[in-house]
Amino acid sequence: MGKEVTKEEYGNMVKKASPDSPIFLNCIRAFLVGGLICCIGQLITNVCNVFGLSTEDSGTYTSIILVAVASLLTGLGLYSKLGKFAGAGSVVPITGFSNSVTAPAIEFKKEGFILGLGAKIFIVAGPVILYGVLTSIVVGLIYYFVR
Amino acid sequence: MAKHMGKQSMEFEKDISIISTASTVGTKEGQGPLKEYFDSILTDNLAGQDSWEKAESKIASDNLKLAINKAGLNPSDISYVVTGDLLNQCCGSVFGVRSLNIPFFGIFGACSTMGESMSLGAVLLESGGAKYVLCGASSHFASAEKQFRFPMDLGTQRTPTATWTVTGDGAALLAVKNEHPYIRRITTGKIIDLGITDANNMGAAMAPAAADAIYQHFCDFGFKPDYYDVIATGDLGYVGQKLLIELLNKKGIDISKNHIDCGIEIFDRELQDTHCGGSGCACSAVTFAGMLYNKLRHKSINKVLFVPTGALMSPTSVQQGESIAGIAHCVGIEN
Repeated sequence: MGKEVTKEEYGNMVKKASPDSPIFLNCIRAFLVGGLICCIGQLITNVCNVFGLSTEDSGTYTSIILVAVASLLTGLGLYSKLGKFAGAGSVVPITGFSNSVTAPAIEFKKEGFILGLGAKIFIVAGPVILYGVLTSIVVGLIYYFVR
Repeated sequence: MAKHMGKQSMEFEKDISIISTASTVGTKEGQGPLKEYFDSILTDNLAGQDSWEKAESKIASDNLKLAINKAGLNPSDISYVVTGDLLNQCCGSVFGVRSLNIPFFGIFGACSTMGESMSLGAVLLESGGAKYVLCGASSHFASAEKQFRFPMDLGTQRTPTATWTVTGDGAALLAVKNEHPYIRRITTGKIIDLGITDANNMGAAMAPAAADAIYQHFCDFGFKPDYYDVIATGDLGYVGQKLLIELLNKKGIDISKNHIDCGIEIFDRELQDTHCGGSGCACSAVTFAGMLYNKLRHKSINKVLFVPTGALMSPTSVQQGESIAGIAHCVGIEN
């Protein structure tokens, strides 16, 4: 009988045996899809401008449209397919945020509208909202004093 | 009476026969390489229910009944049903067994559950306190994702070491009878933890437990690896298989010639995009109830060491930084 493998030795064995994520390929896919989503957003903004909306209003409409479309695609089971291909490319844009709210809403509806959907809808997006708000408060305070 | 062997093993005196098995799987498994071995393949992974959890219970219930029917028996003939699953408080099994009206032992061994249930089933029969014991295990891809990972429709990527939880239920009906194959011996695994914390690399977390249990099995019975035609681990996947063979090599045991892993067998890695292989309680359960039992019955193989493997953890334990402990149970089955 050989001597027992230590945790450290085993950790190295696992590292050697486990394949790495294809980072380069993932980056290219993320760049293409993320870029495409942003281009679509810009297109919507430009079209809104053409119809006489102000730049600010156009931005608002763009967000609303992108969020609604991503939510619909999530419900149709298509956004998860896009996410599998694009990775961060479809997670980072506002459409990814929409997906992260709609997906738990669908999944936890079975546990009821209050303790299921209501309590768990922000299970993925919650940390982003919490720390996003906290960060904006800190940045706001710095801006207030440094200005 | 059964004999205690070595450190962790038991040898049975009676002929503990596996008189029938049943396997029900989901759509993806039904398109995999083992499709011809399964009794029932779902066309809808919700199994006509309105939630993944209810679907799992329905699959379990129907499949347990199927195993009883295939043996020409009624639920009232069964002394005990011993089953488990991955859901909180074993709800997949509880609500699956509810309507059967059979005395119930609910067990948890993560994905090693089928090994645990067959071990305990054999012990119950050897004790003389049972006539027929129904052993089973179930899992469902979607209910497992929901409980352990993310909602189904979330657009995320799986890591290359991730495995795919098998949807299905595998059942084996045991009785003392002169009908091959028989459960001859068991080795009950210890909890082995070599500090893996990556919940997306379960194969690595479980391989040391499998190596320990297999090594102990050979020590306790004085066997060489070539004693068995097939040594079938539960759901180590490609990474876990590599690690298992390496770990056993270090102890001077070479199982590379007769080792298979149910997680590798059940899916086509390239065509089905399952990364490291299949996992979940049903992975080893349906592969045994389907392929391995079929081959034993037809005597194309005669001696199998069935070693379901489990990763013992909960979402809470992982979030609190606890490592993932492994377990594996050996069941020696012969014609």
